[in-house]
Amino acid sequence: MSEVSLHKLYSDEPEFGDFFSLLKPRVMSLVVFTAIAGLLAAPGNIHPFVAFVSIVFIALGGGASGALNMWYDADIDSIMSRTKSRPVPAGKISADDAKYIGIVLSAISVVMLGLASNWLAAFLLAFTIFFYVIVYTIWLKRATSQNIVIGGAAGAFPPIIGWAVVTGNIGFESILMFALIFVWTPPHFWSLALFMKNDYESAKVPMLTVTNGRRSTRNHIFVYSLILAFVALSIGLSSLSGPVYLLVAIVLNLQLVVSAFKLWAKSETDSVDDNSLIERKFFKFSLLYLFFHFGAIMVETKTNIAWPGV
Amino acid sequence: MSFGREHDLHKRRKGRNLGLGLVLIGFAGIMFGLTVVKVTEGQFAEALAGVSRSE
Repeated sequence: MSEVSLHKLYSDEPEFGDFFSLLKPRVMSLVVFTAIAGLLAAPGNIHPFVAFVSIVFIALGGGASGALNMWYDADIDSIMSRTKSRPVPAGKISADDAKYIGIVLSAISVVMLGLASNWLAAFLLAFTIFFYVIVYTIWLKRATSQNIVIGGAAGAFPPIIGWAVVTGNIGFESILMFALIFVWTPPHFWSLALFMKNDYESAKVPMLTVTNGRRSTRNHIFVYSLILAFVALSIGLSSLSGPVYLLVAIVLNLQLVVSAFKLWAKSETDSVDDNSLIERKFFKFSLLYLFFHFGAIMVETKTNIAWPGV
Repeated sequence: MSFGREHDLHKRRKGRNLGLGLVLIGFAGIMFGLTVVKVTEGQFAEALAGVSRSE
């Protein structure tokens, strides 16, 4: 083996960070944030260490499903510019290794969450992993333009799991938080598809932009944004809400509807001219939108994390 | 090709081993902490059975 090929072999060896990025840390941060919101909003008390450990293993379960997603999607990830630097398509970690890491971490996270909190929370985490990997990644993603609509449920489960950690059941309020993420997901990813242009088409992923066209995608984003505003404002009438949530929801949902209208009214010629500026802005705004809604829910909740006897 | 000085390969492996070591230490800490919490709260049997005290 020549020195050049040896060098290539060594430079392809994964670093610890490659294994970490296999767990999709950005998705994990959303999982952690919304799970904490569910945990804080739930009635009842929980020991702070149990709360911490539960969040760690919910995050690990989310990361494990990310690794399994990278195993199955290695072929299309290597085509799309947004994903081709991920550790599997970049050749740092083999698809098989990603699969085994995902399976092992899934098992560890579910069992540990069950031992730390309760088995309903563990079951919900297992179901979330199943839904994301089997229902979304393997079944829906390559089969239907509704992939992100139904598959979005997987990302919506963390607040329900956080709630179940404290209460041992599924409350109405946790379903409201689920609904907020569930309806938020499609317009968020469709706006991404609008400015990623040919990524999904090249990879033959039937995103709405590919199957129904960009005009139809803009229509869908507008309608879903209206539904999202309705859901977010409805939460304002629930026990999750208070003055802070109401203020945040009114301001952000007004901006959501205005942004969605601008995106809907935009022509494709303008989109090319300004390099999809409004679509990019909508995508970034939707991230802040979710962050501030769940932040407001956290602010409104009385803390239920208590040391014993305090 | 000499491996006398530290090669990039060794740096990568050292980083990986260090990372894995920290993860394992963290996991042991979590197991220890959980055990202390469950035992001091008298929930050990319930924890094993997977039910909370209020049930």
